[in-house]
Amino acid sequence: MIETEVAVIGGGVAGLVSAIESAKLGANVCLIDENPRPGGQLFKQIHKFFGSQRHYAGTRGFEIGESLMRDAQANGVKTLLNSYVFGIFGKEIGIVEKTGDQTSLRWIQAKSIILSCGASERMMMFPGWTLPGVMGAGAAQTLINVHRVLPGKKFLMIGSGNVGLVVSYQILQAGGEVAALVEALPRIGGWGVHAAKIQRLGVPILTSHTIKEAQGRDRVDSATIVALDKSMRQISGSEQTIDVDVVCIAIGLKPNIELALMAGCETMYLDELGGRVPVHDENMETTVDGVYVVGDCAGVEEASTAIESGRLVGAAVAEKLGHLPKEKAVGMRALNRSVLDDLRSGPLCSHRLRAKEQLVDYAETMKEDSQ
Amino acid sequence: MSQGIGATGTPSMEELERSPGFPSEARLRKGAAAVIECVQEIPCDVCGSACPSGAITLTSISSLPKLDEERCTGCGICIPRCPGLAIFLINLNYSKDEALVSFPYELLPVPEIGSVVKVTDRLGKCVTTGKVMRADEREGCDRTLIVSVAVPKEFAQRVRGIAPPRRK
Repeated sequence: MIETEVAVIGGGVAGLVSAIESAKLGANVCLIDENPRPGGQLFKQIHKFFGSQRHYAGTRGFEIGESLMRDAQANGVKTLLNSYVFGIFGKEIGIVEKTGDQTSLRWIQAKSIILSCGASERMMMFPGWTLPGVMGAGAAQTLINVHRVLPGKKFLMIGSGNVGLVVSYQILQAGGEVAALVEALPRIGGWGVHAAKIQRLGVPILTSHTIKEAQGRDRVDSATIVALDKSMRQISGSEQTIDVDVVCIAIGLKPNIELALMAGCETMYLDELGGRVPVHDENMETTVDGVYVVGDCAGVEEASTAIESGRLVGAAVAEKLGHLPKEKAVGMRALNRSVLDDLRSGPLCSHRLRAKEQLVDYAETMKEDSQ
Repeated sequence: MSQGIGATGTPSMEELERSPGFPSEARLRKGAAAVIECVQEIPCDVCGSACPSGAITLTSISSLPKLDEERCTGCGICIPRCPGLAIFLINLNYSKDEALVSFPYELLPVPEIGSVVKVTDRLGKCVTTGKVMRADEREGCDRTLIVSVAVPKEFAQRVRGIAPPRRK
């Protein structure tokens, strides 16, 4: 049994920042990740990030990943890599660690657990969806930017959220062609600037359209798209078949909450945050004492909010463990919260602020009930 | 049908003219100026700190960038700094008949200086041809190039890129 003050499960941007922050404030931190290196989605993000300087805006994602890894090392964060967490039992974490062909069982006991497990791509079923060549947009992005393999020549993108828009741009950068991007809603889901930059490169964006089926014998060789009416019903006769060898699905992400459920955390369904998420208070602590959530598993948002929430949770954990005096912690939290409120403002992001407030209100109600 | 960036993915002329980052015609007639095509209030303020003349300001992280037309020197450093690739530069006084339009560029191959290429509008449609006058990476801009093309003046407000060159 390894003993640590803080165990962070998942080394994506939220987990890395939480680990760095709590280690900086004096906590003993162990970061666990199932991959050979931490960084989560950062190493496949080759575009420059949005936000402010405080959130490394203007820097490409993979470079943020490299800088955070250096910070983690410099602050003495211990990392357990190739390590799958299979369960949480009270404050004991069960891990299967892979070393070469060998696997071994390990246990970690932690005073505080930070869950930063990220989110998964939602899939969509249609005739032909099991054909090779149909994949998540995130999978295509990993193939292209991490493994340097372009999975096809001509792509159809399903979904106009930021993932669909950004991955379309990166397919073009890698030398692929995007025949079209279809969006079932009558409006674009992601940010206009991302849509504008692929349109400038000639990618048609078809709103109120979806995929009807993918065709092919051994793999996708074409796909049929169809227009949708106001009630999202397919308009018969509007079908168009286009030659493509890859269909990418980018219809949204859902928070990975399995470990939170196993730990006994209460959850709440909030569409604005990607579905069912663990209830948490203002310090990101769940309904289970000493178990925290941060990043996309606490609600799908942007990297900038993940970074700021990581700082908040890192300081909250350090305070609880006695490494940070209360007076100092209060000031730090006030700054984190006002920055988060700013990031969740404006017509495109304020729905998330309201959803987060609902989570916090529910957590407070539960605390009052239990007292 | 509804128009505008949320519906089509391309800012409409009305949205652009209404936004505080879009320079007036009078200003453009005086010489090179940044053209900020950021019409949605997204949480990002990189351009605000990118401008060495203090010509781009934001009241909060989610406000639209405002261009101070008098302060903008037309240096173009904001072009490769904007993570949204939404800033351009127009110099209407480039020559007697031509305007110089500059835009961010992150594709390979890099267009050859002096070559005549198809220039495209906001929808990637070819509108005319233009001559590549510049294609370079400024210090600290991490592989986002500024490409400048000389085009007939009447196309200055339409041209926003070039047809991507074919790879060998």
